[in-house]
Amino acid sequence: MAEPEAVGSGTGGSPEPGSGTGTSTGGWRRPHGPLQRYYGPSTAEATEAAPDPADINGPHFDPEVFLTKIRSECPLAQLLAREAELGREIRALDSDMQTLLYENYNKFISATDTIRKMKVDFRHMEAEMDDLAANMAAISSSSARVSAALQDRHRRGAQLAGVQALLRKLQSLVEVPGRLRLWAAPGAEPARALRCHARARAVLRHYRHLPSFRAIEDESRAIMADLAQRLRARLRDETLDPKELTECVEMLLQLEEPPEELCEEFLSHAGARLEAELAALEAELPPPAPPGAAATPPPASDILDFVDRGSSAFVGSLCLLAGSYRSLFEGRAGAGPGRLEAFAAALTARYFELLERRLALERGLGDTSLLVRALDRFHRRLRALLELLPAAGAEAGAALVARAARERVDRYLRALQTFFMGCLGDVRQALAAPRPPGKEGPGLPDLLATLAASVLGQLKAVLAYVQLFTAKDVAFASLPYFKGEFCVEAVREGLVVAFVRWLCRTARGFADGPAERGAPAAPPALLLLLARLCLDYEATTISYILTLTDEQFPPQDGARAVTPGPVLCAEARAAAQRLLDHYVQAQGAAVAQMLRKSVETRDWLSTVEPRNVRAVMKRVVEDITAIDVQVGQLFEEGVRRAQSSDSSRRAFSVYSSSRAPGRYAPSYTPSAPMDTHLLSNIQKLFSERIDIFSPVEFNKVSVLTGIIKISLKTLLECVRLRTLGRFGLQQVQVDGHYLQLYLWRFAADERVVQGLLDEVAASAAHRCLDPVPMEHSVVELICERG
Amino acid sequence: SDSKVMTCAAVWRMPKELESGSHESPDDSSSNTQTLELLCHLDNTAHGNMACVMWEPMGDGKKVISLADNNILLWDLQESSAKAVLSSSAALEGKGQLKFTSGRWSPHHNCTQIATANDTTVRGWDTRSMRQIYCIENAHGQLVRDLDFNPNKQYYLASCGDDCKVKFWDTRNVTEPVKTLEEHSHWVWNVRYNHSHDQLILTGSSDSRVILSNMVSISSEPFGHMVDDDELSDQEDQHQEEKIKEPLQDSVIATYEEHEDSVYAVEWSSADPWLFASLSYDGRLVINRVPRALKYHILL
Repeated sequence: MAEPEAVGSGTGGSPEPGSGTGTSTGGWRRPHGPLQRYYGPSTAEATEAAPDPADINGPHFDPEVFLTKIRSECPLAQLLAREAELGREIRALDSDMQTLLYENYNKFISATDTIRKMKVDFRHMEAEMDDLAANMAAISSSSARVSAALQDRHRRGAQLAGVQALLRKLQSLVEVPGRLRLWAAPGAEPARALRCHARARAVLRHYRHLPSFRAIEDESRAIMADLAQRLRARLRDETLDPKELTECVEMLLQLEEPPEELCEEFLSHAGARLEAELAALEAELPPPAPPGAAATPPPASDILDFVDRGSSAFVGSLCLLAGSYRSLFEGRAGAGPGRLEAFAAALTARYFELLERRLALERGLGDTSLLVRALDRFHRRLRALLELLPAAGAEAGAALVARAARERVDRYLRALQTFFMGCLGDVRQALAAPRPPGKEGPGLPDLLATLAASVLGQLKAVLAYVQLFTAKDVAFASLPYFKGEFCVEAVREGLVVAFVRWLCRTARGFADGPAERGAPAAPPALLLLLARLCLDYEATTISYILTLTDEQFPPQDGARAVTPGPVLCAEARAAAQRLLDHYVQAQGAAVAQMLRKSVETRDWLSTVEPRNVRAVMKRVVEDITAIDVQVGQLFEEGVRRAQSSDSSRRAFSVYSSSRAPGRYAPSYTPSAPMDTHLLSNIQKLFSERIDIFSPVEFNKVSVLTGIIKISLKTLLECVRLRTLGRFGLQQVQVDGHYLQLYLWRFAADERVVQGLLDEVAASAAHRCLDPVPMEHSVVELICERG
Repeated sequence: SDSKVMTCAAVWRMPKELESGSHESPDDSSSNTQTLELLCHLDNTAHGNMACVMWEPMGDGKKVISLADNNILLWDLQESSAKAVLSSSAALEGKGQLKFTSGRWSPHHNCTQIATANDTTVRGWDTRSMRQIYCIENAHGQLVRDLDFNPNKQYYLASCGDDCKVKFWDTRNVTEPVKTLEEHSHWVWNVRYNHSHDQLILTGSSDSRVILSNMVSISSEPFGHMVDDDELSDQEDQHQEEKIKEPLQDSVIATYEEHEDSVYAVEWSSADPWLFASLSYDGRLVINRVPRALKYHILL
């Protein structure tokens, strides 16, 4: 019994158990050492104490070593003391051992007694246990008996409880028709009736083979059918608002009405409402005008208002409808998947159509910001709808917005064109206005500046308006169309480029069209003005406009190829060239006409000796001077072929002295035609061929040269068609000299003037019956006097 | 005094030797110049200056039309052309002083049509009724100088004038010209269809140039692709071959600048369709040939 203690009180570091005995003196402990060793030494002890054979208490005690050690170390007295001490210890140990033995023995005895006593007790207890078992058996048998007796009653009780519950249910079932009737009565709570019916329905259906149940079921069904009938009637009621409609349909669905049919009714009813809304919108629109009818009056409300009402009424209702449709018919067999979409698509298509018609009414330019806002609102509402109904025509809506924007841009283009035509009209008027004497009208440069500035200003204004379509706060501006195609296709190409092209075309039209087919010809000053305008466009304006456009409507990378500036510039330049050429031709033709008439109407045979330059020549010089002034207002001077300072004198001397004597010598007779032919041919060999109606350069000298060439060539051809007398020839001589005197300074190369006039004189001599030229000094005199 | 210019017309006969073909040596013909034989005068004292005289094309040489101021005079030559009898006439009435400048007798429709030009207007006349049948107002921007009928296409008419243009008209639709050429830089005085290959157009102008144009697109000869494109398009070399074969476009074939002064007359040879002559103010007569390459192109 002490073993646990002995184990616990080992000398090693093992923890002390809580008993007090462990802390007793070493003497008490010593005998436990072997016991401890028996039970296995603690590892700690084994390692801690080095074997000391001299330790009398150690496990490795060796008496021999001990003795040897004592003997060798200690003096005798000590040895004796030691011996005595050992003897004392031995005695003490012996007595201890005896005590312990005795104690153990006592304990054995008492234990044996106890065991014996226990044996007796157990025997007694066994008998009692048997008793108990018998009793228990009795108890269980009697309990079984009792419960067997009670079982029947219990069952009946339970049965009765079941019957009662059933009866309660039955009662509620029996009450169903009454309640249903109550709730389903018109104006009552059909929803409760439905709930009630829903609960009862399954049971009724299950027990319908029982006559009484069937009666109930039939009755309730009749009631519900009645209710359904009423609900349906209500469904057809036009005044139902969407919420009621939804409720109504929901109830009908619960009544297990065929969803297909309901879906149909629901949609048709909702459709009727939406149609009504559309019709209300349509009522605002004037009836589609038959083609050719007079302009319809402007719509009563503005576009923003229209779109507002359209989106709040129609689109809102459609959203509501879509939502309730989803909740009602989602997952039901009858409602085909595409049904709502098709329905909505049809309606939105009509709505779009109406909106389109309304947009078409926006004839004037009106307020673009209003239009943009209206379109923006439309687009936003449409997006809301599209989240519900992805198939309701997203593309169509976006296309509608894009079309409206495009339409507006086109309209701006037309407005620009009209504006330009208006400006041109103003210019024409200013040109045609009779000038009060002494007061100069606005000069061509002023007119040009006004025209260019107002057109450019208008274009800028239009760009600013159009930019509203791509403003950041506008929802549809983020559509890919507005980011890419609109900027490039509509604005840059469709508006700016188209306008510039149109401008060039229109300008060209003044040159190409009228002279041909009898339309009123444009005044020459206008041609000149337009030529300058086109030239300015080519030089600066086009690149400026394009840069401006590209800044305001940045083109996307990889977008469609755009018309490059140089192409437009080339067009403008071609138009300018065409206009200027036409100007030259028109002015030349005017002067030429004058000369032709003067030559054709005169009888050159019977004319008198010339005393004066003919008036028409003075008029020609005046006209050409006027043209010179006109052109000088708009075009630079240009380069003249270098001449000596005294060019007129020199030319004059060439004209008179070196060639004239040979030609006009009195000895000249038709009998020697070879001379003149040879002379003129030799002269022509050295002169360049002159193209009469040839393109001119953009400067004053070139323009004037062109006009003079045309005029003089006409004079030449006309003179060749006439037959002249002596004085006729002399008159031509005088006229030619006069022209030479006044026209050389306008031409780029005075040799052209001189050459042509020489030919006129030579041809006149050819056509003369009596070619006696006038003395040159006389010619000079007459000219100077004139 | 008697200083008055009057343009008259007369019928002459060419010397027989020239008519039958000039087989004589050039020396002979130069040594003894032949004279024309005057047959009769077309009496125009009542009608004004003669502007133009036209023989009836394809006829037996019995009918002549002359234009005098604003009158169209149809003459019958009788007694072997010794006498010209005015058979019918028509006068152009209108504002101002109208004067015919030029005219042309159509070889089509049994020679019942003529075209005349006065100022900027071209008119067509029926010689049977002497009534106007069509009128091209403002055919040219300025005076119309000359006309010519396409010898192979009965409704086609070419005109030229002081606006430096040559225009081709379909007389059934006179609102717009079928084609316009603007190659000259001064008045065009003459326009002539080649007698047999009507795509060849000759024009003379006072810019001293003669221009030969090839108006394939409005000629009577087949024009355009006659070969199926698909047949040849698949192979490269065949494609190139096709390109060579491609018919010529309307184009100027040649510009003749031999003249130093205004050219007032151009005419095709009536014997050789590839030969033409032009005459300029300085008295130079130039005879040219259609370029050989073009000739072969047309013939082959």
